[in-house]
Amino acid sequence: MCTACKEFKGREMTMTSYDMLLLRFGEITIKGKNRSRFEKAALAHVKSLLKPYPATKVIREYGRIYVELHGEPAREVSESLKHVFGITSISPVKVSPSRLEDIISAAKEFVGSVPADRHIPFKVNARRVWKEFPYGSQEMNRLVGGPILQAAPGLKVDVHHPELELRVEIREQGTYLYSEVIPAAGGFPLGTNGKAMLLLSGGIDSPVAGWSAMRRGLEIECVHFHSYPFTSKKAEEKVIELAKVLSRYAGQVKLHLVPFTEIQTSLAGTGQDNLIITLMRRSMLRIASLLAEKNGALALVTGDSLGQVASQTLPSMNVIGRATELPLLRPLVMSDKDEIISLAKRIGTFDLSILPYEDCCTLFVPKSPTTNPNLRIIEKIEAGLNGLAEQIETAVRDTETLIIKPHEEVVRSSPDDISSGNMAGAGTIDNNWF
Amino acid sequence: MRYFDHAATTPPYDEVTRTIAEVMALHYGNPSSLHRLGEESGKLLRRAREVCAGALGVLPGEIVFTSGATESNNMAIKGAALQYVNRGKHLITTVTEHPSVYECCRQLEQWGWEVTFLPVNKEGKVSVEQVDEAIRKDTVLVSVMHVNNETGSVQPVAEIGSLLKEKYPRVLFHVDGVQGFGKIELPIKESGIDLYSLSAHKLRGPKGIGLLYVRDGVTLQPLLAGGGQEEGRRPGTENIPYAVGMSKAIRLAKEGAPERAVHLRLLKDKLIRGIATLPELELNSALEETHGAPHIVHFSYPGMKSEAFLHMLEEEGFLVSTRSACSSKRAEPSRILLAMGKSPEAAAAGIRISLGEEHTEKDIADLLEALNKCVRRVRNLKGER
Repeated sequence: MCTACKEFKGREMTMTSYDMLLLRFGEITIKGKNRSRFEKAALAHVKSLLKPYPATKVIREYGRIYVELHGEPAREVSESLKHVFGITSISPVKVSPSRLEDIISAAKEFVGSVPADRHIPFKVNARRVWKEFPYGSQEMNRLVGGPILQAAPGLKVDVHHPELELRVEIREQGTYLYSEVIPAAGGFPLGTNGKAMLLLSGGIDSPVAGWSAMRRGLEIECVHFHSYPFTSKKAEEKVIELAKVLSRYAGQVKLHLVPFTEIQTSLAGTGQDNLIITLMRRSMLRIASLLAEKNGALALVTGDSLGQVASQTLPSMNVIGRATELPLLRPLVMSDKDEIISLAKRIGTFDLSILPYEDCCTLFVPKSPTTNPNLRIIEKIEAGLNGLAEQIETAVRDTETLIIKPHEEVVRSSPDDISSGNMAGAGTIDNNWF
Repeated sequence: MRYFDHAATTPPYDEVTRTIAEVMALHYGNPSSLHRLGEESGKLLRRAREVCAGALGVLPGEIVFTSGATESNNMAIKGAALQYVNRGKHLITTVTEHPSVYECCRQLEQWGWEVTFLPVNKEGKVSVEQVDEAIRKDTVLVSVMHVNNETGSVQPVAEIGSLLKEKYPRVLFHVDGVQGFGKIELPIKESGIDLYSLSAHKLRGPKGIGLLYVRDGVTLQPLLAGGGQEEGRRPGTENIPYAVGMSKAIRLAKEGAPERAVHLRLLKDKLIRGIATLPELELNSALEETHGAPHIVHFSYPGMKSEAFLHMLEEEGFLVSTRSACSSKRAEPSRILLAMGKSPEAAAAGIRISLGEEHTEKDIADLLEALNKCVRRVRNLKGER
């Protein structure tokens, strides 16, 4: 789309007052008898995002969802609904009574004050859904187009390459006029393809992997490993913030915070400096698999991108991946870093991800981690660690689970060392202060 | 004693002083510290910034906390002048600005910048055309206050903003919003404003803290060098209790704005009608809504030393001001009133009454009675002579 055209459409949005948003489903419409289930899931997602706009009303129709605005701001609401998975595009709609003269005057208003300083290729595309309406689709193109051209001299008919295409859908309950088509998230509605656990580190990749998984219809629960005091509390805060961004796309997400200090310490105690990342990742996968079992998830999602770091070479993936029997989904495995970064920016996780706090992996990073670990050696080291299995069970048992919602402060039970110390203030932030 | 000097400063909300005391006692951590106490302070600061940004309709990253509007104004003007010196060294402002803008521009003049001080009409206003004519190729910044602190005159800032955005998109626009916020609606994002100053203590918040809105994409040379706080824009350990207190005051100012404006307007009308019945007093504030802010009434008492009249009113139990508090220690005629075409005699005899939301119609009636009494007393004194 050319710049001028975008500007024109932007202006249009601010000038016309819209009555309704039209949301279209994408590939899910082809999914036979599952369609109804998918549409219901998308509908529930739409409804949850509409909570801040109480005047809106939602109507579901075959292949579409209509959101009646009743005065709520069209731009804001469509910005929010753009994130609903399964919805491919959104059009702001003006509704008029299905009578010829009303349709014409609504169409004139819709086109509004088109700038007359240049010609804008234009077309009316009418569709008579309600067959009792006295004029046919072709006839309507002419009947609506004529008066508009008279009112807006800047428009020039071009049925092949219109810049402004005014769609007119004539239905019994009313006629819908729209032109703008805002691309939306696409994919499958939330949770329609089951549940998986996302290993969320705080880096750039894993939140993007989580979003990609959600877009494909997976419900995700996040798993984060922390090694306090070797990692800072800020790193944990950052992960909570990242989960909060993801929760915007899901209504809410669960975040499991796993204490990893003891396991990390005993792995470091083996003295196998260059293998420690491999060992850590395997333990993490085991813990995540146990959490998956507890929470009814059928896969693990990671932010691995082939070759990016030592633990993401093919030999490393092979050795690490064998620690779990669950399918390991790696949405970003074939993506370049640039692509991942631009997606991270789009979904709003990038600025958080680049905050410089020590997280789990960065602390015990050896000078030269192996890119080609040997499975037999790794298994031997693990077998020599007596307490590892119990430590993993303990970590799972001591995992703290938070429910993260987009617009709510996360409430956590204050750890003992604060309430018992003389730091009277910490942990108490009173909402009434603001 | 009844307080009618809200344009000088305002009585803080009880809940603001309570909040500040609680936060100050509990959250003494430095937000830059890595431990939990520091982190909690950082969280409070973030929330405070979000609340302020929400009330202003801007992004949290666009808010810089400062020590008050004087610093905000200096930061905006000097920071932009220094940062964009390669675009030119010309600034435009008006003759009726607050000293923190006016003197800041004078200082830049001494440092080699050129400043155009636009004159005002008898209502104290500049026009969009004046701004348009004053703009040159090397103009970097235009600074115009929203509401004048002495007379309550309202400048056409939204119109100036759209002129700049449409015709001169490279020229930055700074607005001193101190007297306007919470009284007269001014949508920052839609008014072409790049920099906007606020002070907490004019909005029933604490003294010693304010903010500057810096539109995303605008860079300012920092006035202070230091530890990188406020993303390097304003270093110095953040004042957490005041930031939280300010955010509450600003939120309350914004939320109550429509009702407050109606209430103040009613009181102002009543006061102006009363003052108009006293022939000795010359009103400098207009009654019409378009000409003045709803909380400031200004009049001159030619021939009467304004400080003496102020003390007479004080004896009756009413605290008012002779001119803007920042200048009132000086005995010269008011720069603002002279610029509006008043005679030096009238310009040296100004009295400002500024209203707050907590005033009632009864307060105004009592104030008018006191004014009457004082004027009669002066009449008698003069008659005796």
